[in-house]
Amino acid sequence: MKPGHGEVLLAEGDPRVREEEERLIEEFRRQLDEGMWAAVPTTHPGNGRREAQMVKQYTDIPPDAERVIFFPRASGG
Amino acid sequence: MLLALLALALIALVLTMPIILRAVRAWRKRRTARVASTGPPDLELYDPGRERRAEQRARELLRSCVNDEEWAMYRDLGFIRVAGRHSRREAGGGRPAYAYLIYPHKPIVAYVPATGQLLSEYCVEFPDIAGRPTRARLPASDDVLAKWMALTSDEDRVIRRANMHLVGRQLDPARLRRDMWRLAEWERRRELPQSRR
Repeated sequence: MKPGHGEVLLAEGDPRVREEEERLIEEFRRQLDEGMWAAVPTTHPGNGRREAQMVKQYTDIPPDAERVIFFPRASGG
Repeated sequence: MLLALLALALIALVLTMPIILRAVRAWRKRRTARVASTGPPDLELYDPGRERRAEQRARELLRSCVNDEEWAMYRDLGFIRVAGRHSRREAGGGRPAYAYLIYPHKPIVAYVPATGQLLSEYCVEFPDIAGRPTRARLPASDDVLAKWMALTSDEDRVIRRANMHLVGRQLDPARLRRDMWRLAEWERRRELPQSRR
């Protein structure tokens, strides 16, 4: 998510393909280095409720995640 | 006599012509350089449809992330309710002990669903961190989604970062109570068809 623009596609690829995974990792790190937060929308296994999972490392991303959403970190308004 | 003066003037003009031409060329060059240095203003052209398209994409993204009830709530009422995660037990009627109302570009409001008691406002924003001097902000639905993701994934962190105020600083308590009433009515109407089955 980018202020003034909304959703912007940063990178896409199949993490099972090595070159594509490297590209995804590189973009993931770049976004976090810029100070963005990363979250993956998931479904709670217990109650089926939709929620987000914050990820701080590439390895934190659930294997079945279809996307990672980067958004500016929250600050006091 | 007149003829002699005209001839002298003509000779003077011819002699000074190279100097005049050189001065004109230098003036032209200076003018070209000045125009090039100022150039066209380095401003992004305003696209009146960009914000609308961004909001449309943001709504689709929000819809794909939250559950059906939350999406319908946002579509119909303009806000989303998220249950607080720190309650040790749920209040009566399966309701959470406390919950948040998420509005676009407005503070998050904490309240007690069982009693309707308003607890506090949490002022939080998601500014552009690229360091650009801009007043641009997230589309409304992206702002709601960012708050939703932050609250459902790490409630403590977003609440710690927010500025907490008593209710009434930015949001009108009367409007909040009206929204809670609208939410209760909305839920009642949604439950009606199910109970009739």
